[in-house]
Amino acid sequence: MRRQWPYHLVLMPLSLLFAAPLVWMLITSFMPDAEINAYPPRLWPSHIDFGGYLKVLTEDSYPRWFGNTLLVTAVAVVSHLALCSLAGYGFARLRFRGKGVAFVAIMATVMVPTQVLMIPTFLVFKNLGLIDTLSAAFLPWLATAFGVFLMRQFFLSLPRELEEAARIDGCNRLGVFFRVVLPLARPALATLAVFTFLGAWNDLIWPLIAINSEETYTLQVGLTTFAGARHTQWSALMAGNVLATFPLIVAFVVAQRHFIATMSFSGLKG
Amino acid sequence: MAAGALTVRTRHARPRVRLMPQLTGWGFVGPATLVIVGLSIFPAVWALILSLRDDNLLAPGSFVGLQNYSDLLDDPDLRAATLHTLLYSVLYVPGSLVIGLPIALALNRPIRFRAFYRTCLFVPYVVSAAATGILANFILDPQFGIVNDLLAGAGIARQGFLQDPSQALLTLVVVSLWGSVGLPIVVYLAALQDIPRELVEAARVDGAGALRVFRAVTLPQLRPATVFLVIWQTIDALQLFDLVYTTTKGQPLDSTTVIVFYLYQQAFQLFHAGYGAAVAYALFVVTLIASGAALWHARRGEAPS
Repeated sequence: MRRQWPYHLVLMPLSLLFAAPLVWMLITSFMPDAEINAYPPRLWPSHIDFGGYLKVLTEDSYPRWFGNTLLVTAVAVVSHLALCSLAGYGFARLRFRGKGVAFVAIMATVMVPTQVLMIPTFLVFKNLGLIDTLSAAFLPWLATAFGVFLMRQFFLSLPRELEEAARIDGCNRLGVFFRVVLPLARPALATLAVFTFLGAWNDLIWPLIAINSEETYTLQVGLTTFAGARHTQWSALMAGNVLATFPLIVAFVVAQRHFIATMSFSGLKG
Repeated sequence: MAAGALTVRTRHARPRVRLMPQLTGWGFVGPATLVIVGLSIFPAVWALILSLRDDNLLAPGSFVGLQNYSDLLDDPDLRAATLHTLLYSVLYVPGSLVIGLPIALALNRPIRFRAFYRTCLFVPYVVSAAATGILANFILDPQFGIVNDLLAGAGIARQGFLQDPSQALLTLVVVSLWGSVGLPIVVYLAALQDIPRELVEAARVDGAGALRVFRAVTLPQLRPATVFLVIWQTIDALQLFDLVYTTTKGQPLDSTTVIVFYLYQQAFQLFHAGYGAAVAYALFVVTLIASGAALWHARRGEAPS
C-alpha cells in the first residue's frame, strides 16, 4: 500500500474540527452553568451534572414537544413507505391511462419551492380548520416526489422475471407486490425511511407557520422558542439539543451503509 | 376515462379498454399523486393569483394586477435582502464543492479510519437547523463562547461573529458549510466509485501523473455529479431561512436578512400575503432561470468534446 500519512494529515484534523462542536455540545450538557461561564474556560466538568436535563424534562413542555415530533415523524415515515412504494411500483411496472401525465405532474412539483407554497397552504389549512393541529405538521409529509422517484428507480432496476414467475403461479398484482417485490426493496425502503425521518424530524419552517400554541409545538419549533426564553442557560439548551439530535445520529449510523449504494442507483447524480 | 360504458357497447368491435388494469394502476399511484399534486400544484396556482391581489393574510383584499411585482422592483429592503442572498450563495455554493471534492477523493482511498472520518464529516448534516443555530449561538457567543476563549488563549482579539454586522453573514456561511458539506462528500464519493477502474489504469499506463489523471479522467467523469450539486446547493442557498431564523433573525442591523426570511416577515409577521406571494414567485422564476442556465451550460460543455 502507498503511503497514507498525507491523507491522515488532512483528514484527521478536519474530522476532529467537524466533530468538535457536537462533542462540546455533549460535554456542556453535563456541566453546571457556573462552570460553562467560568473564565478561564473549563473543558471538562468537575462532576457529571444532570441539572440541564432535569430542567429540560421537568420545567418546560419539552417532553410534550418530543412526543409531538415523534408522532409526526412516525406518521410521515409509515405513510411515506406505504404511499411512495405503491406509487413507485405503479409507475415502474403497471400500464394504465394517464400514467405519464401523473408522473410528470409529480416530478413537476419538485420545481416548486416551499416558499411559494407556504402562504396559500397556510390559507387552505386555515379554511379547513387544521391550523394549530398536529395534522398540519404531518400532512405535507405523507408522500413526496423524491420518495416516489426513489422507489420507482429502484423497482426499475429489479429484474422482471421474478414477478412474472409469481404472476404465472396465480398471484395477483397486490400479492406480487407484497410477497415478491417489497422484500427485495429493503435497502431502498431503509434509505427512504431515514431521509423521511430526517426531513420530518428537522422540519422547521412549516410547523413554525402552521402551529402557534405551545402544547402543539414540534420539537424544532419548541427548541427555538425555548432558546429565546432560556437565553444563557446553556446546560439546559445543550441538553435539549442533545436529546433532539441523538435519535438522528443513531438512525444515520444504523443506515449509513445503505446511503451511498442508494445514491448511485437513484440517479441522484444527474 | 368513460371506459366502462364504452367497452360494453364496442366489446367485439375493437380492442377494449379493460377497466381492471386502470383501477389497479390508479389504486397504486392514486394516493401519492393526490397528496403530492394536491399539496403543490393547487397552492402554486393559488399563490400566483394571490400575487396579483393585495390580500392581507387574515382578510381578502382586491385585484391589483401587477402592482405587487412593480412594488418589489423598488423595495430597498428587498434589494438589500437579494444582495445578502447573492453574497451568501456566491460563497456557499463554490465553498461546499471546493471543500467536498478533495475530502471525497481522500475518502475514496483504501486508508485506515475511513469509516471514522466519513462519520465525523457527515454527522453535522443530520443535525437540525434549530439545533445548529443554538449551538452556533453558544460556541460563537462574543463573551462566553469557547471559540473566543480559544482565540484569546492564542493571543487573537475576540470577535463579534454573529453579532457583528460586518461578520454575521460570513459566519453564517461557515456554519452552513459545517452543517451541509456532508452532502457533496457523499455524492462525490458515490460518483467516484462509479468511475471505471480501467479508465484510470489506462491513463496511468500511458504515463499520466496523478495530477494529469485527475484533470483528464476523474474530473470529466464527475461532471454529472458536479452539475447536480451546483443546482442543488444553489437552490439550497437561495432558499436559506432556517439557520437565519434560529441564529440572527436577520440582525444585526438587518445584515443577514435574506430573501426567504424577508418574505416570511412580510407574509407572517406583517400579514402582506399578496406581496409575500409576489416575492416568492419572483424568487421561484429566478431559481428556475439559474438552474436552467446551469443545465444548458453543462450540456453545451459536453457536446464538443
